[in-house]
Amino acid sequence: MAAKLPAERSETVFSDFKGEYTREQALAEANRCLFCHDAPCIQVCPTEINIPQFIRKIATDNLKGSARTIFDSNILGMSCARVCPVEVLCVGDCVYNEMGVPPIQIGKLQRYATDHAFDKGWRFFEAGPDSGKSVALVGGGPASLAAAHELRRHGHACTIYEMRDVLGGLNTTGVAPYKMKADRSVEEVEWILGIGGIEVKTGVQVGKDISFLELEKKHQAVFLGVGLGPDTRLKLPGEDLPGIYGAVDFIEKMKLERIALSSKKRCVVIGGGNTALDAVREGIGLGFEHTTMLYRGTEAHMSGYLHEWRAAQHEGARAEWRALPIGFEGSGKVERVKAIRLDENKKPIAGTEFTLDADLVLVAIGQSKLVELLHGLEGLKLESGKIVTEANGRTGRKGYFAGGDGRNGGKEVVNAAAEGKAAALAIHAYLQGGA
Amino acid sequence: MIDLSTHCAGIRSPNPFWLASAPPANSGAQVQRAFDAGWGGAVWKTLGQPIQNVSSRFGALHVGGRRGVGFNNIELITDRPLEVNFKEIYETKRKYPKHAVIVSLMVETREEWKEIIKRSIDAGADGLELNFGCPHGMCERGMGSAVGQEPRVNQEITSWAVEYSTVPVLVKLTPNVSDIVPHGLAAQRGGAHGVSLINTIKSIIGVDIDRFIPEPRVGLQSSNGGYCGAAVKPIALHMAASLARHPEFKIPISGIGGICNWRDAVEFILLGSTSVQVCTEVMLKGYRIVEDMIEGLTEYMRSHNFETIDQMVGKAVPAYSDWGDLDMNYETVAKINAESCIGCNLCMVACDDGAHQCIHPNPNGTRVPVIDESECVGCNLCQIVCPVESCITMERVDNGYAPTTWNQFVNEGKTLRPKKGAH
Ligand SMILES: Cc1cc2nc3c(=O)[nH]c(=O)nc-3n(C[C@H](O)[C@H](O)[C@H](O)COP(=O)(O)OP(=O)(O)OC[C@H]3O[C@@H](n4cnc5c(N)ncnc54)[C@H](O)[C@@H]3O)c2cc1C
Ligand SMILES: Cc1cc2nc3c(=O)[nH]c(=O)nc-3n(C[C@H](O)[C@H](O)[C@H](O)COP(=O)(O)O)c2cc1C
Ligand code: SF4
Ligand code: SF4
Ligand code: SF4
Repeated sequence: MAAKLPAERSETVFSDFKGEYTREQALAEANRCLFCHDAPCIQVCPTEINIPQFIRKIATDNLKGSARTIFDSNILGMSCARVCPVEVLCVGDCVYNEMGVPPIQIGKLQRYATDHAFDKGWRFFEAGPDSGKSVALVGGGPASLAAAHELRRHGHACTIYEMRDVLGGLNTTGVAPYKMKADRSVEEVEWILGIGGIEVKTGVQVGKDISFLELEKKHQAVFLGVGLGPDTRLKLPGEDLPGIYGAVDFIEKMKLERIALSSKKRCVVIGGGNTALDAVREGIGLGFEHTTMLYRGTEAHMSGYLHEWRAAQHEGARAEWRALPIGFEGSGKVERVKAIRLDENKKPIAGTEFTLDADLVLVAIGQSKLVELLHGLEGLKLESGKIVTEANGRTGRKGYFAGGDGRNGGKEVVNAAAEGKAAALAIHAYLQGGA
Repeated sequence: MIDLSTHCAGIRSPNPFWLASAPPANSGAQVQRAFDAGWGGAVWKTLGQPIQNVSSRFGALHVGGRRGVGFNNIELITDRPLEVNFKEIYETKRKYPKHAVIVSLMVETREEWKEIIKRSIDAGADGLELNFGCPHGMCERGMGSAVGQEPRVNQEITSWAVEYSTVPVLVKLTPNVSDIVPHGLAAQRGGAHGVSLINTIKSIIGVDIDRFIPEPRVGLQSSNGGYCGAAVKPIALHMAASLARHPEFKIPISGIGGICNWRDAVEFILLGSTSVQVCTEVMLKGYRIVEDMIEGLTEYMRSHNFETIDQMVGKAVPAYSDWGDLDMNYETVAKINAESCIGCNLCMVACDDGAHQCIHPNPNGTRVPVIDESECVGCNLCQIVCPVESCITMERVDNGYAPTTWNQFVNEGKTLRPKKGAH
């Protein structure tokens, strides 16, 4: 069974950025929803939660019905309510935007209903009658959890193989603590497992501790919910100095343990994606006096969400645009980042080298793909590191299905939840001897 | 120059806004504060043999998060000693000689009426209002709506009051009747100088679904109460207009029921009221609402070229006709302004499920629906549900048919246009 988290973790100093609604606030917001027909907000939710319906149920004090509507579409609805980038999903498409009126705060309402369900200990779903079939789920992140829950509703036995000690994947180890802390994700995992019949094997790395062939012997189908690999490295001189971390690795430590930081003066984050933006806000939240993002493009080129960058700026973040790191210096630990300015074509401009003082450097230039792990599996195809599947998650190898970051190359928790559920339905059809 | 002053049934006040006889007009200190805030008149909380009230006594209807859309009470007439009330009326009148103080009364015997009317006028009342309307508690004692529901009794008591009074007498009518007209005419025959309407409507405001007890709850029980507040305005407007347009009804009307702001007041005036009275909205929001009422009414009069209230009174009454006299050949269809449409599709679902299935998804793939005008019956439902003001408009269609009413069709054989959407 999953390991317990220590109570003292670096992430516990963070406060709750968006905050929770009181009953009065939730009712005021819920009553504003227009209850659109064929609502555009539903269409952009990857899990297609019936948003107008769950909001109306909040307005009538039918919180149980509201939570059921959410979980019926998305069993990770509680964490999604906190971690979804709603500004570019449901909230971004609320019709009120067209009117120039603040859009409905769908995420906060979803959190209100789902938190209530957790507080009250409500459960909504039961396992289906035993099908006699068994499915292996590789990885214990959102994709596998959503898949396992759906498979249990259809009566299939499930075993989750997770190499880490905790379940929840990046939902536990990666999402920014001002959105959700690790213990809340672990609570969600327990709640999902409460449907029963999901065996959990933590500390077991598939491909090392157990082979795929062994999985195939024990189970009738395999779901690959492996996510992405470790942080990509810059391969620059001095990168091994203490104080330099891959961002995802650092965030995991911050969320699961207590990290000793010798000085909290200067933090430099390298990259311009969403992990970089999270890392910047995390540097600030951990108490660094100066946190600077070093990015090779400009604000307009960032792959990270603009609303997140604005929030980071608001919290005091600085940026070095069009700058490329070229090495790290320091005695015994990192003290400086060496960098050079880039021109509009991202070519270094000779003579523009500069240094930034740094006590902590977080490298957020992407996660590697788990190519090696899947290499020997005949029929399973990868394309730029992503597992190739049909729309429902079925891969080219018989009985193998995939979903989540490993399939989509790295999106959001809500995409993993949607893909996991869709794959479960495809597995169910497959196990029933259908196509 | 815009003049807001009114003389409803001979009672003068600096503006048409009066407090209705109810808790906001319960005491001298309150009425004086109301006058300071801008109210033109007040109908004092009904005087009679002081009673004792229960607790709790109010209930409310909350709709979609809006609190107090409707209101209900099981309170009775004044519970304060008569001499205290009269003393305060006297003081108020002395301090505010230009404001209207009307004293509402409810007693049983002829002797009692005579006595209380004399005391009211001695205290300085500018007018009297006979409360024939209270639908709970008092009627069980043979007063209030028990009187208002019997035209003969109404007429008789009115005539006593008119006989004893030297100031104008208004009769406050109960809405708890199937047709208001005979009751208004009875008051007129009794010699009343005007009528006030409506009092509250018999109601049960809600049920405590956990305790299985209606509301408002008094211990383990409840009782029916009087309904008022914003939600009753349509009923009150209809009753006021029914009297206003009746050819035999000639006396002024003081309109009451659901008035919350200047717009509501304008509607009552246009349907024949010379003054308007407010209770619930003041209970919920305080006397300060009158500031906006005065400004809004003034601006409305300016923009519509009215100089006096009298010029407005009853302006919409001639257009209130019987169904049989409406032009059946007048045709409208709904049109959507694609520019302002936000794509909520509420019009589509409403038309599909609640009307004539003539609003469809746009074939060009945008979320702006299209209306099949050949099937649209012009019912207005889509415009009602559309959250964007004037995004859907009801546009007149020139169908070539001459105006024809149902009565003309039946009696004179005139031609009606073909029915739409009736297949
Ligand atoms: C720093 C960061 C912040 C993020 N913030 C957000 C956010 O705010 N909102 C949002 O919606 N999304 C966010 N995401 C993305 C989101 O976390 C992922 O999209 C989501 O977790 C993907 O789920 P998954 O199940 O596919 O993979 P993961 O969550 O990565 O889970 C995969 C699991 O598989 C395990 N595993 C891998 N290989 C093996 C193996 N061989 N054997 C056994 N187990 C294995 C891993 O240990 C891991 O637990 C963030 C991502 C990062 C990196
Ligand atoms: C709590 C309460 C007490 C009332 N008491 C009286 C009363 O004593 N005499 C009376 O004529 N009308 C009384 N009414 C009726 C009001 O004067 C008024 O006719 C009715 O509430 C409709 O107006 P509104 O919608 O503005 O409240 C009372 C109403 C309420 C809510
Ligand atoms: S799951 Fe996420 S995207 Fe979907 S409705 Fe909820 S908050 Fe919005
Ligand atoms: S688009 Fe906005 S208003 Fe319409 S149903 Fe969705 S949340 Fe409600
Ligand atoms: S109700 Fe109004 S805004 Fe909504 S789709 Fe129809 S026309 Fe557009």
